[in-house]
Amino acid sequence: MMTDDRKEKRENTSNASNGAYPLYGNRGDTLSAASGRPLRDLSLQKTLTEDISSEDYSISAETLRAQARIARDAGYPQLAQNLERASELTAVPNETLLEMYEMLRPGRCSYEEYEALAQRLRDEFNAAATAAFVEEAAAVYRERGLLRRELE
Amino acid sequence: MTTTAAAERSANGDTGSRRFSILAGRDINRETYVEEWAEAGLTVADSPYDPQPSLRIVAGEVVEMDGKERADFDALDRFIADHALDLSVAEEAMATPSHQIARMLVDINVPQSTIRRLADGCTPAKLCEIVRHMNVLEMMMGLGKMRVRKTPANQAHVTNWRENPALLAADAAEAALRGFAEIETTVRVARAAPLNALAILVGSQTGRGGVLTQCAVEEAFGLRLGIKGLTSYAETLSVYGTERSFVDGDDTPWSKAFLASAYASRGIKIRFTSGTGSEALMGYAEQCSMLYLEARCLLVTKGAGSQGVQNGSISCIALPEALPGGVRGVLAENLLASMLGLECASGNDALASHSALRKTAKLMLQMIPGTDFICSGYSAIPKQDNMFGGGNFDAEDFDDWTVIQRDMQVNGGIRPVREADAVAARRQAAQALQAIYAALDFPPIRDEEVEAAALAHSSEDMPERDMVADLAAADRFLEGTANLSDVVRALHRGGFERAAANLLEMGRQRVAGDYLQPSAIFSDGFDVISAVNDRNDYTGPGTGYRLEGETWDALQRIPQQKSPRDFIDAQVGEPLPNLAEINTAKVGASANEIVVAVGPAYGRSLVKTIGELDHEEVLEALLTGVAEEAFYGRVVRVYHSADCAAIGHAGARLSGSGIAVGLQSRGTTVIQKRGLAPLNNLELFPQSPSLTLEIYQAIGRNAARYAKGLSPIPVGVKVDNGARLRLIVKTALLHRREIEDIQEKAPQELYFRWEPDV
Repeated sequence: MMTDDRKEKRENTSNASNGAYPLYGNRGDTLSAASGRPLRDLSLQKTLTEDISSEDYSISAETLRAQARIARDAGYPQLAQNLERASELTAVPNETLLEMYEMLRPGRCSYEEYEALAQRLRDEFNAAATAAFVEEAAAVYRERGLLRRELE
Repeated sequence: MTTTAAAERSANGDTGSRRFSILAGRDINRETYVEEWAEAGLTVADSPYDPQPSLRIVAGEVVEMDGKERADFDALDRFIADHALDLSVAEEAMATPSHQIARMLVDINVPQSTIRRLADGCTPAKLCEIVRHMNVLEMMMGLGKMRVRKTPANQAHVTNWRENPALLAADAAEAALRGFAEIETTVRVARAAPLNALAILVGSQTGRGGVLTQCAVEEAFGLRLGIKGLTSYAETLSVYGTERSFVDGDDTPWSKAFLASAYASRGIKIRFTSGTGSEALMGYAEQCSMLYLEARCLLVTKGAGSQGVQNGSISCIALPEALPGGVRGVLAENLLASMLGLECASGNDALASHSALRKTAKLMLQMIPGTDFICSGYSAIPKQDNMFGGGNFDAEDFDDWTVIQRDMQVNGGIRPVREADAVAARRQAAQALQAIYAALDFPPIRDEEVEAAALAHSSEDMPERDMVADLAAADRFLEGTANLSDVVRALHRGGFERAAANLLEMGRQRVAGDYLQPSAIFSDGFDVISAVNDRNDYTGPGTGYRLEGETWDALQRIPQQKSPRDFIDAQVGEPLPNLAEINTAKVGASANEIVVAVGPAYGRSLVKTIGELDHEEVLEALLTGVAEEAFYGRVVRVYHSADCAAIGHAGARLSGSGIAVGLQSRGTTVIQKRGLAPLNNLELFPQSPSLTLEIYQAIGRNAARYAKGLSPIPVGVKVDNGARLRLIVKTALLHRREIEDIQEKAPQELYFRWEPDV
């Protein structure tokens, strides 16, 4: 459907960081998966002969930060912040990630539990932006009655 | 006493109008229509309780928004004020009159970026105030300009009631072949999700590499599927416009934003879901209009860093459509999403009406301007298999859609496909999944299932399958260690190299993350296109997206299209041996003759009428009718014109009785009298496809009766309303063929070797 526009679209990019986009085409040989496996080693041949884990198919923190820069330069600052938080969350194991999401749902935790979560994000995962985000949520939850209701 | 149907009904005590009774039975009257009721949130765009726009910023912090002090902010206000609004432009945006921004949206000289900049500083009430100034045409103009990605696209829904994996794979393959950029599935039974997601992943990559896929399930479960590598995007991250609805949805803006980041951290594209009417349905509309609440949803979506949204009322669509201005309101919310730089999958998914006319009318509001995804789920399956609750447009509507695209030269994101190609892709997808099921030790997909899936329309065409065993396998698959690479290996070993390569490429693209950017999809050949490298640069005619070149060629070439060159093969033939030209025709001396004047091609290069009557038999019928009245017929050929009136006129001039029958090769006939103006006549028979030999005979009879000075009853011809619709191309081409035989030559006397059987 979009074949017509391919030639034109390449000239449509605006500024420095966005000249790198798409990373796959322009920087593909420098990209690595979350596991550290270089993208060039994620080939059909290797898939047939080597043990490939889910992490080999996962995006790395560094690549997410590069995508965040592209988003910011293209005029999408909130998306950039999301991708920056995402880059922090690459360090969080799958099950923990699901638990953290569950904790942030309404009525799940006390204020102190959120403080502890923020602390853990900082200490264990070096996730400062996400930690601050959790603290902000906790403050609003406290004001708006969205903390866990303790049954007396 | 005469009884009419109306009188009879009246006598039976039925005093209602028959017309109104017929109207009451129409599809449009199966819908529900209600008056507005703002207190219950049943008002689309403008509640008297909607806040007025306002914004105060002190020391870089919003202290008042839309008439509310910061201390009174609910969770959504807080999130919007602290995350969504661009405070560097907010004061300027709020000070710009709303009607001025509305005019900028319509003004082709104002580029998208100028409006984006201002919209980034607008509060929910301000955004509503802007679009309230606009009618639907103006909103469509605005949407065409504000759409994030320059190239429009479409998304498909692929599900089936039996959760049959082979059929899911086959339908996904066909949807991919038809050009859908994204395919979404869901489940009837939640546990089926891993295998359903796998089936459409394999199916889509068999049909066309680069199609993004998702499986709509509960939020955390959806994330699990993504982590497993079974989906590449998720869009059912629902947000609501009031705090209480949000909490009833078991989320907060912060938890949803965290979820968005969690997905991105695994390289999965997301968009949020919102849409008018959900809050009223959930009972917490807080007396506000649907549009105002949607503006809040959109700012939460933006603040959370979602690259996009599916809105346009989605599953609640019947609610705004029950209210005045509902369809305009839905367009307004699509426009707001685009103004905020959000990729917009613009609804047109859930069943919105019983009336085909009403559904199509609404669709035009998104299809003509183009959105990032015209449908946030075109049901690429029949309605009974749609586990989202029934589509507004289904597999049965594919051809209507592609014809509308061809009519308007508009790209609605669906390609016409040929049956053989679709069946081949379907079969290969089912076979590919069969190989995977065998390799991963899932309950086998039998050969008969593969063949049934290749040719099926719905799950009714599929053999029975043990669903319990499939669900157990789905559980094991989700918990087990098998991942994308096992699937790639199984495909490769099964001989499905292209599908294996495409699936691997999806994994590699996930590592690069280019499709996390706004409005990203893959075009053919895994070229990512998004707001970053395919920015919508519309600034009036000749700019922005244009359907032309290869894509237009592909969209106009529907399989139903025929070459016009062989359209009239049935009518073309060799000159009739028993119709010979003698000499130049002279004015007849006998008052007992009727001239039958035929067109230049009659019985020469054309030998049948449009109704496929032999020219020979038509002449016989006419002359038989003439003979029945004891007249005799002369046949002449008119060379100088192919026009029916001119042929008849020339014939009448030559006729000894002054009466002639004019006959075009396609069968159109006139009874003409000398002295009448060419475009006047005694009887005209323009409905040539409906003319039979009996009618031609009656025409001959009447011609003779006119010559006797009688006033015969005009020959009756059944009116066929559809004839012109069916045959207009043929009519044009037959006429063109007749014109080719025109010569500057006087009418010629013909000898027709035939004796009347009277």
